[in-house]
Amino acid sequence: MAVQDVLPSRKGSSGFSALNDQRVRGVIFQVLLIVAIVSFAWWIIHNTAANLRAQGIGFGFGILRDSAGFQINQTLIDYQETSSYVRVYFVGLLNTLLVSFIGVILATIIGFIVGISRLSKNWVVAKAAYVYIEVLRNIPLLLQIFIWYFAVLRLLPAKRDAIDLGPFGLLNIAGWYAPNPVLGRGFALVAAAFIIGIVATFVLRAWARRRQMATGQIFPLFRVALALIIGLPLVAYFVAGFAFANPPFSLEYPTPGNFGPRGGLRVFPEFIGLLMALSFYTASFIAEIVRAGILAVPNGQTEASYSLGLRPGHTLRLVVIPQAMRVIIPPLTSQYLNLTKNSSLAVAIAYPDLVSVFAGTALNQTGRAVEFILITMATYLTISLVTSLFMNWYNRSVALVER
Amino acid sequence: MSDIQSETDLVYVRDEMLSQSPPPHRESGPLGWLRKNLFSSWSNALLTLIALYVIWIVVPPLIDFALVQAVWSGDSRDVCTTINQGGIQPNGWFGACWPYVKDYFAQFIYGRYPVEERWRVNIVFALFVLGVVPLLIPAAPFKSMNLIYMAIVFPVAALLLLTGGHMEFESMIGIGRELAPLGSGLDFWIEYALLTLVVLGIGYAWARGTGAPAGGLLKLVLTVMLALAAVIFVLSLDLGLEFVPTSIWGGLLVTLVIAITGIAASLPLGVVLALGRRSDMPIVRFVCVVFIEFWRGVPLITVLFMSSVMLPLFLPEGVSFDKLLRALIGVALFSAAYMAEVIRGGLQAIPKGQYEGADAVGLAYWQKMRLIILPQALTLVIPGIVNTFIGLFKDTTLVLIIGLFDFLGQIQSSFTDPSWSTPVQATTAYFFAACVYWIFCFSMSRYSIFTENRLRTGHAR
Repeated sequence: MAVQDVLPSRKGSSGFSALNDQRVRGVIFQVLLIVAIVSFAWWIIHNTAANLRAQGIGFGFGILRDSAGFQINQTLIDYQETSSYVRVYFVGLLNTLLVSFIGVILATIIGFIVGISRLSKNWVVAKAAYVYIEVLRNIPLLLQIFIWYFAVLRLLPAKRDAIDLGPFGLLNIAGWYAPNPVLGRGFALVAAAFIIGIVATFVLRAWARRRQMATGQIFPLFRVALALIIGLPLVAYFVAGFAFANPPFSLEYPTPGNFGPRGGLRVFPEFIGLLMALSFYTASFIAEIVRAGILAVPNGQTEASYSLGLRPGHTLRLVVIPQAMRVIIPPLTSQYLNLTKNSSLAVAIAYPDLVSVFAGTALNQTGRAVEFILITMATYLTISLVTSLFMNWYNRSVALVER
Repeated sequence: MSDIQSETDLVYVRDEMLSQSPPPHRESGPLGWLRKNLFSSWSNALLTLIALYVIWIVVPPLIDFALVQAVWSGDSRDVCTTINQGGIQPNGWFGACWPYVKDYFAQFIYGRYPVEERWRVNIVFALFVLGVVPLLIPAAPFKSMNLIYMAIVFPVAALLLLTGGHMEFESMIGIGRELAPLGSGLDFWIEYALLTLVVLGIGYAWARGTGAPAGGLLKLVLTVMLALAAVIFVLSLDLGLEFVPTSIWGGLLVTLVIAITGIAASLPLGVVLALGRRSDMPIVRFVCVVFIEFWRGVPLITVLFMSSVMLPLFLPEGVSFDKLLRALIGVALFSAAYMAEVIRGGLQAIPKGQYEGADAVGLAYWQKMRLIILPQALTLVIPGIVNTFIGLFKDTTLVLIIGLFDFLGQIQSSFTDPSWSTPVQATTAYFFAACVYWIFCFSMSRYSIFTENRLRTGHAR
């Protein structure tokens, strides 16, 4: 009663205002936000247009068709000095993707090894892994790139006296001369055999699973799959070699010479330095993620699977790892993305990645800052979003399904 | 009878416990420990040997380079070069050249900051340590005073000391320029007074609209505006300090300036973005999500490129920004997005009951956040904030790519000096830099673990 008496009178005295309604306030606030953002954007565009006009630089993407006129040492696609900036863009993008892709694979392997070593009961192994993690992740990546490129790779011998790595080619200050794969006439046959092996494995896996569901018998899938994927191409290799009288696949080894090694597949030191720094650095973060993931699986799960009679190998593969992966995958995704984005540090040692050749050399040559940086940023944004989408999809497929 | 009695007496009954005997020799002592931890099985022994081999190829060469073979004194490149290279060291020598680091030490810390003005940088460093050490010790008293010192007194003092003050503030929209005589410095203050009036007017209108008493709000607005005016006034005073442009700052000074301003700017911005991302208002939420995902999706390098080449284009003609300030803006926006995600994690970890409880007490949105939610959320994510800060500290090295001389940039630029140029110079310098960065980052990560453990006790059962 008392409340009812008081409320209307208060309202009456101070004057009811729409501003007291939370929804109205929300609408006002959002309208103000839109107005602020639009006017800010307009202000920036207006200023940029005026500045560009004053400097006599136009705006437009037509410049991308112009000839670039500079050399790039490492290109995955055909590229000449006369090629257009569009081609420069693709050269840079492919180089970025190449170093990121190999870096992700290397970092994952090293990261998992170190992460599992960190949990080892072996004291030396566990401590060595701990020191690796603490040292590598507390030193800036750029410094690590410099160390690999300027301090480690510069200690390699001069061009003429390269280190002989035996089956892995030659190594000197100008880079790594890896054996160059040469494809013969029958290579298509080997490749086909390889693909058939993979497809057959998938079919076999489905069949084995159905059989296990029905009869409970376990099929030795791993060994058979290994035989299919490695054995089948091997057979094809010999058959093709016999039929065409030359090997379908061989390695061309570099030979040492007075002016540096000849032949072989040259891997530039910029690539090696960047790749080493990226993968060792990222691996230290992945190792911690792996450790956290494995520790997150309760010990009761292991005990329960032992009491069911599963052997340690099966327990690890069927019980612990699938559950650990759920914890590992989301942060692992962001590490992959970080590695891809960090590959842009290539510009510091002139590895021709996207930022280095496109947002660097090409931008400086044309002075078209707005267009080139916008394209670069949009590219990275797309890579990031696509990776996140893919990993989210994968994450959903392994996530715990609750009611 | 007595016979039987004596017979039973003879039966041996132990009346005291035997003292524990030591474990078997093979299970105890260093040998037992080795056997248990390193050589329990064949595979384990193999692992041990592999690990020892890896340690053997990494650690001894490092120690050999940094300590055993190293040169500790000298005053020219001769002491750090072999006979073949024109020096005094035997051929094949490879060791660290510490006299070069000693010679360049001051430059690594101050950059090209004028020698006779370096005491100002030292005072700033001292003021920082004075403020930050008690802030980091949980038991130290006067936390709120300390926070005010770090948030207001220190930045103003640092800005004043580092640049030398007497900054010139110009009119922003040009109204003042027409009212005041040119060069009198009055134009800025006229506009500032107008701005204050406008803000007071908005505050008054808002108070009238919501029916709240206007006095408190207006007093608050006035205090803030006056305090800001006082700071601007102090910065524009000529205290007799020589003006040092940021273009000649360098070394550890620049690294710390970028890292500390970055964190100071990104923390409040991150809080606002995180709250916006969890807001009920769809447009606010959308804007925050786009902002956060954009900055998180691009590499810092492109952000720095953007701030160094595109930011000048964004501003009206004639207005130019300091190069360091441009980098700072880029770093702050970039790390704000990361900070926002860390803080969002904290906000999500607060039980719903806390939000509902605050609502039930009748707190308004900002009261609820300020008094109930944010204190809990921020305490929860202190380790995450420290980790972001470590990342930011490491990322400051990237500014060398846009031509600022931070600690690493200063080291890199010292290589051009022919008086110390030797084959071991780069290796020595990078070793030194790695040690410095490592000490900073490692101690920060230890501190983050320390707070994590300290805060965890609250949840212990």
